Amino acid sequence: MDFDLNEDQRLLRDSVERLVTDRYGFEQRKAFLSQPDGFSREMWKQYAELGLLGVPFAEEHGGFGGGPVETMIVMEAFGRGLVVEPYLATVILGGGLIRYAGSEAQQAEMLPKIVGGEMLVAFAHVERHSRYELHNVATKAERDGDGWVLSGDKGVVLHGDSADCLLVTARVSGGQRDRDGIGLFLVRADTPGVTRRGYPTQDGLRAAEISFDRARAETVGEPGAVLPHIERVVDEAIAAICAESIGVMTEMQTTTVDYMKTRKQFGRAIGEFQALQHRAVDMYVDLEQARSMALYATVMASSDDAVARRLAASAAKVQIGRSGRKIGQETIQLHGGIAMTAEYKIGHYFKRMTMIDILFGDADRHLAEVAAHGSVFA
Amino acid sequence: MDLNFTPEEVAFRDEVRHFFRTEIPADIRAKHLGGEHATREEMVQTQRTMNANGYAVPHWPREWGGKDWTSVQLYLYQDEMQLAGVPHPLPFNVSMVGPVIAQFGNEAQKKRFLPRAANIDDWWCQGFSEPGAGSDLASLRTTARREGDTYVVNGQKTWTTLAQHADWLFCLVRTDMAAKKQEGISFILIDMKTKGITVRPIRTIDGGAEVNEVFLDEVVVPAENLVGQENKGWDYAKFLLGNERTGIARVGVSKARLARIRELASLERMGDIPLIEDRAFREKLAGVEIELKALEMTQLRVVAAERGQASGKPNPASSILKLKGSVLQQATNELLMEVVGPYAMPYVPEDDREGSNEPPIGPDYAAEAAPEYFNWRKISIYGGSNEIQRNIVAKAILGF
Repeated sequence: MDFDLNEDQRLLRDSVERLVTDRYGFEQRKAFLSQPDGFSREMWKQYAELGLLGVPFAEEHGGFGGGPVETMIVMEAFGRGLVVEPYLATVILGGGLIRYAGSEAQQAEMLPKIVGGEMLVAFAHVERHSRYELHNVATKAERDGDGWVLSGDKGVVLHGDSADCLLVTARVSGGQRDRDGIGLFLVRADTPGVTRRGYPTQDGLRAAEISFDRARAETVGEPGAVLPHIERVVDEAIAAICAESIGVMTEMQTTTVDYMKTRKQFGRAIGEFQALQHRAVDMYVDLEQARSMALYATVMASSDDAVARRLAASAAKVQIGRSGRKIGQETIQLHGGIAMTAEYKIGHYFKRMTMIDILFGDADRHLAEVAAHGSVFA
Repeated sequence: MDLNFTPEEVAFRDEVRHFFRTEIPADIRAKHLGGEHATREEMVQTQRTMNANGYAVPHWPREWGGKDWTSVQLYLYQDEMQLAGVPHPLPFNVSMVGPVIAQFGNEAQKKRFLPRAANIDDWWCQGFSEPGAGSDLASLRTTARREGDTYVVNGQKTWTTLAQHADWLFCLVRTDMAAKKQEGISFILIDMKTKGITVRPIRTIDGGAEVNEVFLDEVVVPAENLVGQENKGWDYAKFLLGNERTGIARVGVSKARLARIRELASLERMGDIPLIEDRAFREKLAGVEIELKALEMTQLRVVAAERGQASGKPNPASSILKLKGSVLQQATNELLMEVVGPYAMPYVPEDDREGSNEPPIGPDYAAEAAPEYFNWRKISIYGGSNEIQRNIVAKAILGF
């Protein structure tokens, strides 16, 4: 039993933390958000140069050969900086789907481009009525000659507006909520029949509504049988955003403590007031509990036991959802009015944390999953 | 990063698991898992069996029976003990006075007291709290005045757990009236048979009487029973309170109780289905289990960080473990009472519950549910209340 990072992992952590510290100040981030894509292409190039875009990929595809721990290291640092580039969309989700479900040819074609920063990918899955169910798919895929065409509407596609390629779930058979009959399809964003409407999300990141009208697509994996791959990638993505949330929560907790040491009211630092001290301690306890579960989900993310992996991911999502809500609300309350201003950084962390809870299912949704499927002590 | 124990650690865990589940009688363990208090005889029998096999005081210095285990081994030992329902060796002996004498006592005291404490030949009780000294322990007023080769002790202690069984009392007394309050305190050992000691039980809200008031009236104590230096007792008390760092979360106890709650909830009906299949109940149970899983991981992080470090230094992480661990233990009380339902209502006095020939009222697991809920409210009060733990963590993170 060992919670330490190895030498390579420490080097990775040092380099990504340095990058975030040097290049991702609050004002710099604001400038990135105002660029046409809503993020910095320049930073994306930097990540590629540092090898960060290759972290989870095999060396034969130009990657770093890392696993969930390496992803955790990057995501936690990105959480501290509130990084807005499409790392989750392209590397974790897009790259992950190609890595698990793609053919050798697709991997050889796409992964080096992702690693090199030359291709952005988005995972188009959510539909108007699917909420958080991965097997709830109404979009249809039909054979058309030797290929496929897709028809249907996808929503809240993370970084879907800037993606070069879309990985789209669509049904080849069965009813809307059947586990069988779901396919994964690769669609170039400029394909005729694809319409995109991009917009910012509450946390300043980007998403898109995307409709497909007989848009030509190629299959990724066996049509009708890709759900297990999708579930695996989403479990890994949950572990990744849990790690990101640790960065976000750490920043909220430490910033709050620093503020309490310096902000004076009634002639003394507000951190001297016991009513506030105890609330700061509860934030700290919540953070440490969340950190523990993020570590747990990370270690379990490489498990081949799908049930255990899913339980761990869901349990972690419950913990970070609850901890994140409490820490987020308390950081605003303990700061007072200053935290309500857009000019101060803390509200932006609060908003990102709020969106992370919603991503891939909120705390209540995952609590229901855990309750239905057994026990984290089974 | 690896959550697996080493093959050696797994072998160690299997060895202690085997010991607890074969050498400690199943009826004692079942009773304890079911929430009944172990009797004096059961506690003595259990601790002596453990001591005969080197399992009573593994965390003590080697020459007094310690095993030089790693923090991971100590964790596994405690976890297995708790999961098996084995009554913990008397904490006043093995976790409190023992380590203090081993660290600060003289050779004669070590020889005289440590082997007997390990084997529970002496039953110790704790004389810290007073009616006017709870969370503000240093404001204690019991005095010890030096007269020749003796101290004469006067005052009143309270919340003295199981003093009715005790042979000895380790006691904080004021030896310097003029000093600042933390600096005039001494740590002294008092034979409970000494003239002038009166023990009076305190009836608690669960109907039990495990705690007592202890009155000390002109009690004459040989000066050789002073531990360490006069007026340094506060340091020893702090050492004592900070000594138990990870076991304090009692994750194993809560795990065993959640397993039992699952089992009992499958016996109770909720309309047409067993309670365990009720969605609202399952979600509540899952919520507690997830928090406990998080605490188990937090505890393992502390254990891993302490591997190879000397024990005895207070660590703010232990405050987190106590804060969260106490609240989760109490959450299991609420769940159990909810499982039992209406049969949590009949009140059966403790003496009638244990060893009675009368049939139980309702299911045989019902009688302890409410009393234990009432009794375990103490967990967030004793050993430094949760508010004191928050003060400790606040000092560590804020500096105030």
